[in-house]
Amino acid sequence: MTTDAITPTRPLSSADHERYLAEQSPVLTATDVSIDYEVTPVVHAVKNVDLVVNRGEILGLAGESGCGKTTLAYGINRLLKPPALLTSGSIAFHDADGTDVDVVALDGDGLRRFRWDKISMVFQGAMNSLNPVISVRAQLYDVFATHRPGMSKAEREARCVELFELVGVDPSRLGAYAHELSGGMRQRVMIAMALALSPQLMIMDEPTTALDVVVQRGILREIMRLREQLQFAVVFITHDLPLLLEISDRIAVMLRGEIVEVDVAENILHRPQHPYTQRLLSSFPSLTGDRGSFVREGTGVSQ
Amino acid sequence: MTGTLEVRDLTKVYKVRKGVRTEKLTAANHVSFTLEQGKTIALVGESGSGKSTVAKMLAKLETPTSGEILLDGHPVPTGSRGIEDYRRQLQMVFQDPFASLNPFHSVAHHLERPLRIHRRGRNRAEIDAEVHRLLDRVRLTPTEVFAEKKPHEMSGGQRQRVAIARALAPGARFLIADEPVSMLDVSIRLGVLNLLAQLQREENLGVLYITHDLATARHFSDEILVMFRGNVVERGPSDEVILNPQHDYTKLLLAAAPNPENQGNLRDSVRAELAELAAGGGAAERDRFGTADLARKVTGRD
Repeated sequence: MTTDAITPTRPLSSADHERYLAEQSPVLTATDVSIDYEVTPVVHAVKNVDLVVNRGEILGLAGESGCGKTTLAYGINRLLKPPALLTSGSIAFHDADGTDVDVVALDGDGLRRFRWDKISMVFQGAMNSLNPVISVRAQLYDVFATHRPGMSKAEREARCVELFELVGVDPSRLGAYAHELSGGMRQRVMIAMALALSPQLMIMDEPTTALDVVVQRGILREIMRLREQLQFAVVFITHDLPLLLEISDRIAVMLRGEIVEVDVAENILHRPQHPYTQRLLSSFPSLTGDRGSFVREGTGVSQ
Repeated sequence: MTGTLEVRDLTKVYKVRKGVRTEKLTAANHVSFTLEQGKTIALVGESGSGKSTVAKMLAKLETPTSGEILLDGHPVPTGSRGIEDYRRQLQMVFQDPFASLNPFHSVAHHLERPLRIHRRGRNRAEIDAEVHRLLDRVRLTPTEVFAEKKPHEMSGGQRQRVAIARALAPGARFLIADEPVSMLDVSIRLGVLNLLAQLQREENLGVLYITHDLATARHFSDEILVMFRGNVVERGPSDEVILNPQHDYTKLLLAAAPNPENQGNLRDSVRAELAELAAGGGAAERDRFGTADLARKVTGRD
């Protein structure tokens, strides 16, 4: 990462973006969030980030390995473990019932109740985040045992079946162990788990990176369909900008701990302003268009 | 005369034990192609389609069940001397530069080994000179600095450049690049691919580029072979295959690849589908990009 050291105090944006925001109501507002890794020397992983997620939208968070996108996501969900530390900032969750939750101030039971219920997460490498020694059903039951202790066994089972049907996995596979499922199915199970409590915001950290394109497409379609049906917001984290451009309403581009540009997807594609966004875009050769920055001058190629 | 690497009806059948029964899995089914020096052939397909099996057979890491590999029209000689000579001319670049370099050894060591094994230098001075020439070829300069580095002191892109230099060390004419950039960060992928393309032109290399990324396959190669369940289902000039696909599986792969130009299409089609369902259509079969039907058609069985 050797982009010119441009450090705007505010991310680049556009009038279209302002207009878009004015029409939306936020579900999460993060203000001036900074996260450090308290090692020597201290790593400033996230620097004074402002981020708004609107109700029901898909917000893409793009950036390369090490830019701080996963750290930011963990910060929003209060999942940071030492040496990571939230050094400044406030995170407000605007509940559908009209109350605001100060996420940073939560602890103990309050945090336990909040997490997964309001904001859930599909983790990076979700293929490997299922427990290998207990069945998928037992892992889903865990969610209900913690958050819905009043639920009867029959209700839990019914909800599990419903969730599996939602994500397109045969409910007969509830008794399966992680190793008995294909990568795509494991990913769907992880999404079912994240949906279990009908959260208002779902953070997906590279949910399709390890899958091949055909399976990836199926999962994306499932996510889009569920979002239409259940109206939750999604923060979709990936370095795959073409994918984000295809599915997101808005995209925030992160570079070295800062959001350098945030705009509606169309503007990021057609009118990127930050040099880093432009470079990221040109890193992906177009499938059907011309070569972009690909310089090969082969022989026997018509173009 | 340009050299050729020809593959004729290459087939690999694995025996898979399932309890007491043994089943046969055809990982590659009569795969044929001819790779000329200076040309690139891309082998594309999803995980498990048999692309890497073909690569391994070419690199003599797997023994084909049947079929032939011809180098410049001659079968690869058996015996360790013959295989060594074959391997001098054909080298591999692996997917994971974090795993394919030994963490205990310096870059220089990684490059000296193939030079010694394939007797590319008569003495220390010649080998050293060759190490620096190779590092210079892959733009790892200043070469004195990089020669002394250990893998963990380099970025993924730099490590992959070392892997490419190592493949060039014996004087290979053919390179098999198995997903050479898929583990790398996006902004450095093109740099590594462009380097490969440039080396190919300058050294007249024949490259077999194995990938699931259709966009780079199109731009980087002359010809594309699409593999599905061990079979080559479509082949042709790159632009032809990508812009005018014939086989259903190629079309499926292309439709599944992310394309920024399709902004909003997925959302719209999902909405349309839900509306249809809500209207009581019920007939709207969920499009899951299932490949089971295709598999039956291609392989003739379930």
